[in-house]
Amino acid sequence: MSKVGRRKFLSIATSVTSVIGGAFAVTPFILSFQPSKKAKALGASIKVDLSNLEPGSLIKVLYRGTPFYVVHRSDDMIAQLKTINSDLRDPDSELSIQPNFAKNELRSMKPKYLVVEGVCTHLGCAPIEKFSIAPADMGPDWRGGFYCPCHGSKFDLSGRVFSGVPAPSNLRIPPHRFENGSILVVGENSEDMNV
Amino acid sequence: MSKQEESIFTNPILKWVDDRFPLSSLIKDHATEYYASKNFNIWYIFGVLSMVVLIIMLMTGFFLTMNYKPSTEDAFNSVEYIMRSVEWGWLIRYMHSTGSSFFFIVVYLHMFRGMLYGSYKKPRELIWIVGMLLYFCLMAEAFFGYLLPWGNMSYWAGQVIVNLFSYIPVIGETLTEWIRGDYFMSDITLNRFFAFHVILLPLAILALVVAHILALHHVGSNNPDGIEIKDYKDESGKPIDGVAFHPFHTSKDLVAIIVFLILYFAAVFYAPEMGGLFLEVDNFEPADPLKTPEHIVPSWYFTPYYAILRAIPNAALGAVFLVAAVLLFVFLPWLDRCSVKSIRYRGWQYKVALFAFVVSFVVLGYLGMQPATGIYVLLARIFTIIYFAFFLLMPFYTKLEKTKPVPHRVVYKK
Repeated sequence: MSKVGRRKFLSIATSVTSVIGGAFAVTPFILSFQPSKKAKALGASIKVDLSNLEPGSLIKVLYRGTPFYVVHRSDDMIAQLKTINSDLRDPDSELSIQPNFAKNELRSMKPKYLVVEGVCTHLGCAPIEKFSIAPADMGPDWRGGFYCPCHGSKFDLSGRVFSGVPAPSNLRIPPHRFENGSILVVGENSEDMNV
Repeated sequence: MSKQEESIFTNPILKWVDDRFPLSSLIKDHATEYYASKNFNIWYIFGVLSMVVLIIMLMTGFFLTMNYKPSTEDAFNSVEYIMRSVEWGWLIRYMHSTGSSFFFIVVYLHMFRGMLYGSYKKPRELIWIVGMLLYFCLMAEAFFGYLLPWGNMSYWAGQVIVNLFSYIPVIGETLTEWIRGDYFMSDITLNRFFAFHVILLPLAILALVVAHILALHHVGSNNPDGIEIKDYKDESGKPIDGVAFHPFHTSKDLVAIIVFLILYFAAVFYAPEMGGLFLEVDNFEPADPLKTPEHIVPSWYFTPYYAILRAIPNAALGAVFLVAAVLLFVFLPWLDRCSVKSIRYRGWQYKVALFAFVVSFVVLGYLGMQPATGIYVLLARIFTIIYFAFFLLMPFYTKLEKTKPVPHRVVYKK
């Protein structure tokens, strides 16, 4: 090899080695940004007693730092839900995230209990409950549901998103199950999620 | 910059330093023998003023870290502690919080100056690009800083902005977890945002400021006529229309700095909340992950982009438009096809377009603070179109401009 060829070869070899070495060197720093083992461990399930939840009312609970809402839907509310299919973006929950058992009109395991993440699918704000029918601020067509104060997304009482708002899909239903009829366990049966 | 350059000092200690460090030549190159046009007008004070605010922010920020605690448990209370218990803590904190708004005021005016007089055009494209990088770093710095008091608006603003990344296809969800270091906005998130706010971004901003000024002093400052003063030099090689930065421009800048400080401290002392514009009411409540504020709005300096985000009915597309709205500034040097720099000699097309752009920026800023309903959404859509038309149609309308003759020497009133 000529002197120049040898030098060029050595420069390239040094550069390539440095780049690879550099990539190895920054990897631990980039990976250190991931959720830590402690953060992952905090994802265990929680239990909520629903026996005192009156029909037509709602409770908000924190799970993994994320709010979720449990609504005890009255018979009237369930009846209203059937009337609004046409204005919904995803009435059959095809584009949305929920356990398979909740992939229906009521999006729930038991018709009366809606268990839904209080996280707008647009940018993660907490939607506000607007359960009254046709209130002044929501207009005459409002049949009860949730309203996101950040960017105006609207959801019905099954957490299904209306068309013409920024949120792309229905509110997420977390994995959950019931124990002894009225004890709700949130965070289990996650293998059943359809994504 | 020859090595044998004569020392400007007579003091023996400074002479000793000069033999070992390029002090004389630094002062000459960047102050006493840096020539800038003598017809600078009021638009040319905002660069210096942004340096002044930067120094205020670095100093007050340094003193705030002595009492602030970056944890979800303590953050909100430590800010209250600074406000109530730390001697003069309220002043340091209000100087910092008011300073962030004033930073954006002077930076927006500084950018507008560049657009008035074509300061982004050849040979100053790189100054403009470095300036835009500074603007991006400043936005990130403001965003991270806004989270630190851990008030309810901090929390939800952080939540919304971090979630914008979840719209990046495939990696979105993992990326947001990586940014937060958790599955939600937690203690871990707050701690790392603090690290960005006090270490990485201030260092990046300082480095970029040095690059911005070095590049500027390499090619020379633009002026309200948009002509190159270096084209006409006297026999000693100094531009005829230029005067030394020091003492001429510095003494003028001193007046501007004093006026600026009067206005700034008027805000610090009499209106640190500025009716909810500088400090929002919702942020006087600690972060509550169960309760989104009724009207969530970012700080006023982000509201034009926020209005654009909300104007687009599709979430992913809204995020794309938001990013595009910010990034488009970078391409101004190439979008603008007119050979004349200063608005004084340009055709009506650019004047109209720039006016429409400023109006759309201000109106979008207002709309971003209003609820996203009815007429507000419609207006936001109209002005979003105007905003983007300014940039995207620029290659066409700037080509059609009938420009006026540009003078060879700078024009100014005696």
